[in-house]
Amino acid sequence: MSGSLIDMAPLTGRGAPRTAARRRAGLGILALVAAFSLFGPALIGIDPARQTLADTLMPPGAAHWLGTDVLGRSVLARLAHAARLSLGLALLAALTAAIPGVLLGVAASWRGGRTERALVMLADAVLSVPGLLLVLLFAALAPGRHWALYIGLSLSLWVEYFRVCRAASRQVLAGDAVQASRLLGFGTGYVLRRHLLPALAPVLGTLLAFSAAQAVLALAALGFIGVGLQPPTPELGLMMTEFLPHYEEAPWLIAAPVALLMAVVLGMMLVAGDGETA
Amino acid sequence: MNKTLKTMTPDITRSRTAWTAMLLRRAIQILALGLLVGTVCFFMARSLPGDMATRIAAGRYGYDLVSNAAADAVRLELGLDRPLWLALLHWWGDIVRLDLGTSLVTGHAVWREVAHQLAATIELAVASVFVAAVVGLPLGIWSGLHAGGWVDRLTLALAVVLRALPPFLLAVLLMVVVAVQLDAVPVAGDDHGGSLLLPALTLGLGLAAGLARVARSAMREAAASASFEFARNKGLSDRQALIRHGLRQAATPVVAYLGVHAVFLVEGAVVVETLFAWPGIGHALVHAVFGRDVPMIQGAALCMGLLFVGFNLLVDAACLALDPRRRMGAVA
Repeated sequence: MSGSLIDMAPLTGRGAPRTAARRRAGLGILALVAAFSLFGPALIGIDPARQTLADTLMPPGAAHWLGTDVLGRSVLARLAHAARLSLGLALLAALTAAIPGVLLGVAASWRGGRTERALVMLADAVLSVPGLLLVLLFAALAPGRHWALYIGLSLSLWVEYFRVCRAASRQVLAGDAVQASRLLGFGTGYVLRRHLLPALAPVLGTLLAFSAAQAVLALAALGFIGVGLQPPTPELGLMMTEFLPHYEEAPWLIAAPVALLMAVVLGMMLVAGDGETA
Repeated sequence: MNKTLKTMTPDITRSRTAWTAMLLRRAIQILALGLLVGTVCFFMARSLPGDMATRIAAGRYGYDLVSNAAADAVRLELGLDRPLWLALLHWWGDIVRLDLGTSLVTGHAVWREVAHQLAATIELAVASVFVAAVVGLPLGIWSGLHAGGWVDRLTLALAVVLRALPPFLLAVLLMVVVAVQLDAVPVAGDDHGGSLLLPALTLGLGLAAGLARVARSAMREAAASASFEFARNKGLSDRQALIRHGLRQAATPVVAYLGVHAVFLVEGAVVVETLFAWPGIGHALVHAVFGRDVPMIQGAALCMGLLFVGFNLLVDAACLALDPRRRMGAVA
């Protein structure tokens, strides 16, 4: 999970048709993967843990569309379950991180002064530990548990929401429009609803996609090096580790999780936009 | 531009506050790092299966001689019967006194192990930044000066591909192509030679992709700025104007980008070192996690965090030194 959104140039007011088309493409890819992960496990109907040792490393065929792995498990079924796990956990962590991140970010720029300094210090404190390291530590706290990864991911993701929301809402709050509303006697609720919310909404979409992509990558990276979720859980990184030894005799195996991971990340990056208009 | 003494003095004090603010911020980060890593590792140690006193007694006297009485004696001696909060305070105290304990696996002091691995990690980090600079900067500067040209378009395409490729996949790809198929360098390990190439390329190429894009837009902005125009108008050649005025102006965003992406280096180190069996901190951390070696996990995590904060500090200092505007207190 490297990188930051705060230095990306135009966070708001992206109305160019190319951006819209790119976002639609990204949403399309994500929708396909989401449908696969939602309905795939039920439609395929094969237990991802069922081993058939007589049919190991089968090439793609009618029974198993993506073939079987070294233990004779259906790769398509495992892929569907892995997609569900990765997407679900990443979205959950990104959404959980959004709540404190946005609230604290708005609160910091709203109150200013000591509150803002304290909150910025808190965010700095969390930033002292690189995100993947934090997730790794939590994963080590309870090996192979979903909740540990979830807590680690949420803890490391909220800072980005905080920083971007603080910067974005400070601009809005310092603007003439908010001052005019206040002079006209409109209250806190009105300023929040009519000024801040419309300004923050597009940023939030970008942030959500961005942080979910980071979460998916972190999960896969940790699984790949063997410190994330543990076998026999179907997980993208774990599947890559399991398939890598067979890359010469069964290249379609390793291609499947890699393609899925890249599709997910690409989709999320397209939605988020990489902040560079060529 | 005639500064009187009156306006000079506040400038100097302001510049000093910019430096202190930067140092203070990083100092707080180091404090928070110790607190966070220490607390997580404390609970990790507490959640290890089995009775801690019995385990330590077994380590001291051998498994055959451990009785409940011996375990109780150890528990009393080391204060393992203390309430949780007191034990946590003691744990933090140990970190403050820089006492990281001994590795549960090798039995050596954690400091000794970590110091050894830190050298390897720094070697890899320096090599990666070097690769990123050598590959990314010239491409970025060229495409910034010739926006829309074929170099620019090629760099953009490469950057997009490299960014969508997670580091661990790039690592495996490089391994398969360069090491296995071409048999040019060793697949993994550290032979104090060619084996540095692949891990450094993996991290460096990922960094170079972003660096090239940032250098491009920074260079483009610098070349379009009024000061660059003025330098050209006063008769400097393209080359002189670029070297004396353009590059320095374009350098600040590039250096700042490196600071933001220091996180990439540290996180990448965990993954890439593990994959290439590079004997650095990230490799040690992952293997400590495998072995449930809590003192090593803590030592390695602290060290990586320190490396990260230290790198950021260097970048901050470089930004302050490059950009006088920041010294004037216009820091965001």
